[in-house]
This record gives sequence, structure tokens and C-alpha cells, in this order.
Amino acid sequence: MKIQEISKVKTTCYHCGEEVVDHHYNIEDKEFCCRGCQTVYEIINKSDLCSYYDLEHNPGINQKQEVRKGKFDFLDDAQIIKKLTHFQDDTHQHVIFYLPQMHCASCIWILEHLNKIDSGIIKSQVNFVKKEVTVIYNYHESSLKKVAEALTIIGYEPHISLNDVSASKVKKYDTTSIVKIGIAGFCFGNIMMLSFPEYFSLAKADEVGLKKWFSYLNLVLALPVFFYSASEFFISGYKGLRQKFLNIDAPIALAVLITFGRSVFEILSGTGAGYLDSMSGIVFFMLIGRYFQNRTYQTISFDRDFKSYFPLGVSVIDTEGIEKQISVSELKVGNRIKIHNDEIVPADAILFFGKATIDYSFVTGESLPVEKSIGEIVYAGGKQTSGAIELEVVKEVSQSYLTQLWNNEAFKENKEEVKVSFIHRISRYFTYALFSVAISAAIYWSINDSSKIWGAVTAVLIVACPCALLLSATFTNGNMIRILNKYKLYVKNASVIEQMSEIDTIVFDKTGTITEQGKSEISFQGQELSSEHSQLIRSLANQSNHPLSKSVVSFLPFTKMLNVKNYKEFKGFGTSATINEHFVKMGSSDFVLGKDAHQLTSGSRVYASIDDEFVGYFIVKNAYREGLENIVSSLGSQFDLKILSGDNSSEEGFLKNIFGNQSEMLFEQKPEDKLNFIKCLQNSNKKVLMIGDGLNDAGALKQSNVGIAISDDTNNFSPACDAVLSGKNFTLLKELVNYCRRQKTIIFASFVLSIMYNIVGLSIAVQGEMEPVIAAILMPISSISIVLLTTGMSSFYELELKRLITDKSHQ
Amino acid sequence: MSAIFIMIGASLLLAIGFLIAFIWSVKSNQYEDDYTPSVRMLFDNTTIQENKQETNNKTQKTK
Repeated sequence: MKIQEISKVKTTCYHCGEEVVDHHYNIEDKEFCCRGCQTVYEIINKSDLCSYYDLEHNPGINQKQEVRKGKFDFLDDAQIIKKLTHFQDDTHQHVIFYLPQMHCASCIWILEHLNKIDSGIIKSQVNFVKKEVTVIYNYHESSLKKVAEALTIIGYEPHISLNDVSASKVKKYDTTSIVKIGIAGFCFGNIMMLSFPEYFSLAKADEVGLKKWFSYLNLVLALPVFFYSASEFFISGYKGLRQKFLNIDAPIALAVLITFGRSVFEILSGTGAGYLDSMSGIVFFMLIGRYFQNRTYQTISFDRDFKSYFPLGVSVIDTEGIEKQISVSELKVGNRIKIHNDEIVPADAILFFGKATIDYSFVTGESLPVEKSIGEIVYAGGKQTSGAIELEVVKEVSQSYLTQLWNNEAFKENKEEVKVSFIHRISRYFTYALFSVAISAAIYWSINDSSKIWGAVTAVLIVACPCALLLSATFTNGNMIRILNKYKLYVKNASVIEQMSEIDTIVFDKTGTITEQGKSEISFQGQELSSEHSQLIRSLANQSNHPLSKSVVSFLPFTKMLNVKNYKEFKGFGTSATINEHFVKMGSSDFVLGKDAHQLTSGSRVYASIDDEFVGYFIVKNAYREGLENIVSSLGSQFDLKILSGDNSSEEGFLKNIFGNQSEMLFEQKPEDKLNFIKCLQNSNKKVLMIGDGLNDAGALKQSNVGIAISDDTNNFSPACDAVLSGKNFTLLKELVNYCRRQKTIIFASFVLSIMYNIVGLSIAVQGEMEPVIAAILMPISSISIVLLTTGMSSFYELELKRLITDKSHQ
Repeated sequence: MSAIFIMIGASLLLAIGFLIAFIWSVKSNQYEDDYTPSVRMLFDNTTIQENKQETNNKTQKTK
């Protein structure tokens, strides 16, 4: 028993922590899973950087996929250097690289000691939140290419895409909103303090001068609040009015304006102290709310297009056969390009030389790679998976089949501007109600005591400012965004939550969304495989680059590869060879058994025979996400479910089993078809949630009311969307959508609370007698209680969400 | 009463000083990355690290 336990202990790679299968790579007592990891260790060891391994256990990045030499040759191009570096003087260049592999303290440590690996590097500084490293280097001693290579040899291959050079430069970190909050808070506090004598009538008759001096000081302090901090309310309100739309900022701007105007009048005429404290307090709270709401997840980019998917450089072969790296945007029709293994074809091109097995799963949704023969066209976006190929470009990058999708009008309009939030609708009713109260107060006082008209009307507008509504919305949204982030649903902005609460139809993509990316489920049917047979089949399968053969290789237990003789490949049928005097054959049933077996179940089968004796067959199926059946059945009771797939319909039978017969399923859908399908649904008044993962879903994601991109690794590319959901939390979809539905409940509840405050405040205001102290007390109490109510309620609903999730995991 | 004028003036100046410091810290992007500095300050100095390794090597040699 004990011995068994010991043999179960797996050795893990000292560098990356992966299980060591092949025990060939070791230095002293340290074992490595592959040559790459060992090399990285050697470099780190040589440069005296071994604290890398002390800070965290096995911090490294797996190096099984080696980076091709010369991959960064395009970084020698002066044009590209100019576009990528953001500062340059006589000796130094500054560059920012995006390193998606960065994940721990060790990463920060080694990346900030880059100068030990390349002495030309002067300084490197990490921004962990953005996963970026800023490198300052001496370009006489080093170069951009050398820096990129230095990063690559220690396992941090920089991600450089076409987007880095074509789009506008890095988005600057927005500091104005914080400065605005700081100034408003500063002025608010000081005005409050200087108003104390006023609140409690502390000043005696002979100290009128002091009182006056205080109020003038208040006025000076209020100026930056009014002109700087509150400016965005005026701008946005004015913009709305010009488009004949009364948004929530318009009544707020009006209230601020009237409060300020009346206060200036009172102070200058010496009739009172004004309400500057209330005004700056309100501006301060509202700005905090806005900031809280807009603080979405920094590292996820929601507006990526094909440009960030495409590489920046590509190898071009000129007429003399010399390989040269140029920028993808400079590709011309007729260029001969060379695409290496695991690289993306950047433009539509014709295969000229080599064996192409193109993986289109990301672009079209086809789950299995497609083999192309010479002379066939290869569309941009596909990933080559079987060695280097040469192609001739037939269309420029911007004209490619894939990039055409981005010319659709769905990409031109901005969703947020089209859809009007219910907050704005409520605020409009609120404004109407407010004006009628103000007008009736004016009419009442014009009959009874005309001296009080001005006071009563302004007091009504000051007290009943709709900021409570804005506060409840911004704080609710901000808190919900934060909680959703915790469950790995990263929403783009607050309006997504509201959109999410209205959906009634969910459309799924298949490949990569409900199936797991790059995984297939494989099983063996037949007599039990002896270790000898398994070794024979594995050795044969290893010869072929066909995706099915590759799955078979990874499925069978690890063994040494045997020598293969007389290897033959019959395209579309299978392969055969003689191994260790055995004749091994594998492929379709036609090829192996000589007859066509009737297929009932889904998936592809690989038959195998040894010495013409049939041993069994492998079934390779799409691997669906765990818990798919549960989530579908629970979602089905609440929403209309549909499937839109770019793949063929081989899995239809299986999907019908899960989704039921009434769910619509469409296969072999092109990106435009998907977009149009969503449009059709919307035209019949459906609110659609689209869930997809690839570029082929980009149009549908954009068109739908809410587009969620599923991503197994949030650092990976995901198409433009409204929200990114981690693949691990796919099963929580229903709970998360229902959590978003609570948003309206919370906002309405806090709205009711603010109406109660308004009734108290207005009943005082209409009498024309409003002491500044009452306004000064009412304002912070109502603001703070609303903040407490919204955060309290959203956290309460989070508890409910948590309970639902734990219930689910116990099932 | 003139004391209070001076006091308030002084307190306001002091507060404005802090406000300026705050604005400077925001403008120089000190709030841009709120995670890395907290890790960076825990790293040992490289020189100390080297010394440590040297002593380690020495002890190994004596063994």
C-alpha cells in the first residue's frame, strides 16, 4: 500500500510546475519537463537570478512550445521601431511590452532585473495590473529586437500585434476624475468648517465682519467646485438638451446652477450665507459615485478587433528566395509569404508550397483543422498547425474575407448611445414633477406673499435635486460590477447590467463556447489494448499531422516511439506502416475494415487494425463544458435557448438531446449569418444575449443586446464584447444573469428612500423658509443613507447568489 | 479676534499644501498601478542577494 502511494507522487518541473513525464531533463537534483524549461533555468542560473525560484514555487512559464528563431526580426525595421517605442533620445529608447504570461511576484522580480540578462537594458519597470513592462535600453548597445528576445528566452514572449502600431497610442490613465474628486472633497470640507458659526449662530452682533469674511472665503472655495469639478454635469446636460433629450445630468446641472446663483446673490447682497456647503457636498458625492461606477476591470480590453489578433510581422520571400520580415500592413498582393508552425495567416492567400493544416476554430467555429492542398485558397485568420508553408497573397489584409466583417454597420454605431437607460426615463418624470411643485409654490406665494416667490422656488430646486437618483444608480452599479468581477464576469460598463436584466433569449455559439477550446474527448472501443499494441498504434499515429491522429497520440499512454517503415498516407482514408514486423493500419472503417460501418453516435471514429486483425476504434468527440446539461436545463426554464454554430452539424443529435427539440439550432453559419440571425430576433422584439468566443462571433456579439465572450484565459484574445466570462464560471451563467436582474430592485428601493427625504425637504422648501443648516444636514444624511442602502442591498443579494452557487455545487 | 483670522488662514494654507501634494501624486501616475509597488518593496536588494549566494557557495565548498 505504502509503495503504491510513493509511486503516485509525481515529480513536477522545477521551472513551470508541470508534471514531468520524460525524465531526461535534469540539472543536479532539479527536474524539468522539457528542454525549454531547462534552458530558461540555465540562463536564470547563469545570470544570478535564482531568487526567481525562491519567491514563489515553480513560477516559470512552460516552454514546451519553443519560439522560432528569427521571430522578432521584424523589430529591426526602423518604421516599426519608431511606432512601438514611445520615447527616444540620443542613446535611449523606451518601450512598453504587453506580457500576458505575467502572474506572480517572481515574474515582477525577474522582469525588473532584466539588465542582468542584457546589459544594454538600463531599467525595466513592471505594471502588474496591466501586465506591462516598460523597458528603457541603450539602443547603441542593445536593440528592440534584442530586448524582445531577452524577454523571450526567460519565457516572457511579448505580445506584439498589428493593433500596437495601427491604433492610437496607449490609452492614458485618466487622472482628471480623481483630481476633480480631490478638489471637490477639499472644498466641501473647508466650506463645511467655515460654515459652522452660521449653522449654530455662534457669531455675535459685533462679529458681523468675521461672518462676512467667512462667507467670502466660502465663495472663493466654491469657485473651483462649480467651474472645474461640476463641469462634466454642465457639458453632458447641455449635450443632451441639444439633441433634444433630457438626461439625468440636465436637472443636476440646473440644481447646481441655481444653488450657486442664489448663494452668490445672498453673499454679495449680505442677506444670507448661501448653500455652498450643500452644493459642493453633492458634487463631491456624485463624482465619487461616477468614479466607483466607471472603475471597471483595467486589464481586460473590450474593444479588440481583428487587429489585435493578427501578428505584426510576417516573413516574406523575395524573388531571390531570401526571407525577410516585414510589417503585416505592408503586405501587397502577390507577395510570397512564409507561415511557420502555430502562426496565423494574416491575409487571404493561395497555398504554394508545403502541407497546410489550418485551424479555423477561432475564425469560423469549425472544430477540426482543415487540410488544404496546393493551389487552394487559405483565408486570413486561420492558424497553421503542421510545419512551415509558403503562400501567395491574393488580398491585402484590410480587404480580407475576415476583415470585411468589421465594415458591417453594427460596428459603427455605439451601443450605449442608442439604448437609453431607465434611470434617464425616471429622471425625466422626476424633473416634470419637480417643476410642477416649483410652479405651484410660485403661484401660491404670488397670491399670498409675493416677496417669498423667489426664495421658495429656488429652495425647491435646491433641495429636490435628482442627485439621489444618480447616487443610487452609480453606487449600485459600481458595487454590482465589483461583485460580478469576483465571480469572473467582467462587464464593460454599467449599462451592461441593465441590458442583462432585460434579456429573454440566449444564443450560444458551439465551438469554444459550449465545447472546451482545443480539447476533444476521446475514448476507445474494442478489446483491451495491450501495451505492445498501444505502442504500435501510437508510433503510427505520431507520423501523421492529422488532428485525429494527434488526439490519438495524446490519448494513449506515454511510450517510446518505435521505428516506422513503409509509412503510407491515404488522404481522407487513413495511414498504414510496418512497425516491428507488424503491419499497422488506422483510419476510416472503409479503409481498415473494408466496409462502411453505420454511425449512430456523434463524433469521428478512427479504426485500427494490427496485422489485418481489427483491434477496435477510437471515438473523438467535442469535449463539452462540464455541467452543460445542468445549466441548459435550468436556463431553458427561463429563457429561449438557441445555437448558432459555424461548424458542421455532426453534433446536432447530441445537442438536441441536451437542449431539447424545440430549441432552434443552426449550423454552418458564416459570421454575417450570425449577425443577421440576431438582428432578426431583435426585430421580433427579443432581447438577445449572445455567448461566443471567436472572431466569427464578433458581429453577433456586437449586434446582440448583451454579448458575452467566453474566455478560458482572460489574457487571451477575446473579440469585442460587452462582458467577458471566464470559462470556469460558465455554469454560473443563470445565477449571474439573475443577480443582474436585482439591479432595478435596488435602484427603485433607494429611489423610494430619496423620495421620502425629498418630501421632508420640499415641505420645508415650499414654505419659503429654508435655513442653510437644514439643507446642510439633509444633504449628507440622504446621500450617505442611499450609499449604505445600495451597497447593503447588493451585498445582501450577493449572499443569495453565494447560497445558490453552493447549493449547486452540492448537487 | 484677529487670532482666528491668522489661524484660519494658516489652516487653509496647510490644507492647500496637502491638496497640491495630492494632485501632484495623482498627476505623476502614482495611483496607476496599486499592486506592483507593494510587491517590489519586499524584494531583497540584489547586492544582499549576491552576498548571500557567495556565502552559500563558500559553505558548500567547505563541506
